Amino acid sequence: MSAQTAVAGAHPVARRRRSGGLSVGVATGYLSLIVLLPLAALAWRSMEGGWSAFWDAISDPQAVAALKVTLLLSLAIVAVNALVGTVIAWVLVRDAFPGKSLLNMVIDLPFALPTIVAGLTLLALYGPKGPIGVNVAYTKTAVLLALLFVTLPFVVRTVQPVLLELDREMEEAAASLGAGRAAIFRRIIFPNLFPAILSGVALAFARAVGEFGAVVLISGNIPFDTEIASVYIFGQIESDNVTSAAAVSVLLLAISFAALLGIGGIRRWATRHDG
Amino acid sequence: MARYALRLVAIGYVSALLLVPLGIVFRRAFADGVGPAWDAVTTPAALHAFWLTILIALIAVPANTLFGVVCALAIVRRRFRGHGLVNSAVDLPLALSPVVVGLALLLLYGRGGWFGSWLFDHDVRVIFALPSMVLATIFVSLPFVVREVVPVLREIGDEQEQAASTLGASSWQTFWRITLPAIRWGVAYGIVLTTARALGEFGAVSVVSGRIAGRTETMTTHVGERFEAFDLVGAYAASVVLALAAMATLLLMTMFQPREERTR
Repeated sequence: MSAQTAVAGAHPVARRRRSGGLSVGVATGYLSLIVLLPLAALAWRSMEGGWSAFWDAISDPQAVAALKVTLLLSLAIVAVNALVGTVIAWVLVRDAFPGKSLLNMVIDLPFALPTIVAGLTLLALYGPKGPIGVNVAYTKTAVLLALLFVTLPFVVRTVQPVLLELDREMEEAAASLGAGRAAIFRRIIFPNLFPAILSGVALAFARAVGEFGAVVLISGNIPFDTEIASVYIFGQIESDNVTSAAAVSVLLLAISFAALLGIGGIRRWATRHDG
Repeated sequence: MARYALRLVAIGYVSALLLVPLGIVFRRAFADGVGPAWDAVTTPAALHAFWLTILIALIAVPANTLFGVVCALAIVRRRFRGHGLVNSAVDLPLALSPVVVGLALLLLYGRGGWFGSWLFDHDVRVIFALPSMVLATIFVSLPFVVREVVPVLREIGDEQEQAASTLGASSWQTFWRITLPAIRWGVAYGIVLTTARALGEFGAVSVVSGRIAGRTETMTTHVGERFEAFDLVGAYAASVVLALAAMATLLLMTMFQPREERTR
């Protein structure tokens, strides 16, 4: 033991490099085994029949309809989240009222609640025999509600810290120079929040595109109507069309990737403007 | 005036989308009293699903915690080839549909998959059995510890670690005495998120487990199965158990509050 520490003391650099190799090895090995290898198998299988089979799988009318409704609804939740998420973040930071800390805590509920429970929960209020007499079960509205439920925290949690750090003096200076509230929001607050809002909606979009658990009970999974992409893939797996399921999966993966790569671009753009 | 309108929008939206529906689930679960709800969550299938879910979490959460800390150390403290790749691959599970995760595992370990025929020949059951469910859960809950620990490691810097190693501490001693105490709240927060995700996983587990009642059903797939069997009390009662776990998660998240920790 003492010999070992003496060696470590004598050659700290060599020591660090060796242990560094271990942590890098563990990290890359685990990631490869758990994440990358299965995804390689997925990509391989999607290309099993060559490009034409891949194209046939993703241009199947039912698959196209499912992808269309997925993208449409995901864009809709982007719009709602950009607006309502920013309002909620604003209220949490700038307003004060009893129960605010409870509201702040509840925002993370969709992260903590299993998605299948989220779907069942919405069905309890907005489904058949619901207490308010509204029944949207098995419609696109139901799918929209489910996606809004699971994506609620993203914009709130990306905008909130930016708003917390936003310098109030800028707003006060603008006000003292005669700017109205609308002008202050448009010229000062909004430009500062915009990159955060974009990051938040990109995360929400990527999440919505792949959502399954919250949607599966409430949507009814009607082909050409409420069936979204992940439910379509699930159906293809169940009916043993694994290659076509793999092809649509790869496309879905590419779409959420594009959204997340967008975030990287936005962050770079935002920091460039800061500097 | 605008202030009250915004407050109303925020509270109204969160209530209509989260709070009121969740309240109704609780009311529905106990519509016929506590007795039927209790009976519904103590059927053999429900109890099996409950313990299986706990078992999966007990394997997946420690595995991802260990990996998460090691991987965060590698990302922050080391420079190596493929650094960028590791950094983005960690976020991959967040961008993937759970169904796609399940399918990918199926194509690797299922019959006709890369390892599938070898496993089948040697009578090792992975798909439709515990190992694939654990792998699916590890996959989807992998990013959380890494993502919580990386910013903490960046912020504390490595001066104390370097000082310790200059004074003769082995890297193991440095880790236990210096690094781990500094990152413990980040790790704890990451563990809470990982556990919540592990208990709540549905899509990936649905695909790889085959959802065999009394054998490969977890709590979440049990909820789905009860609902499809028109046993609403059973579905709502099991949901209440999961919702209570989610509320405990929220309390723990508030307790650890890493954002405030970091700015202090």
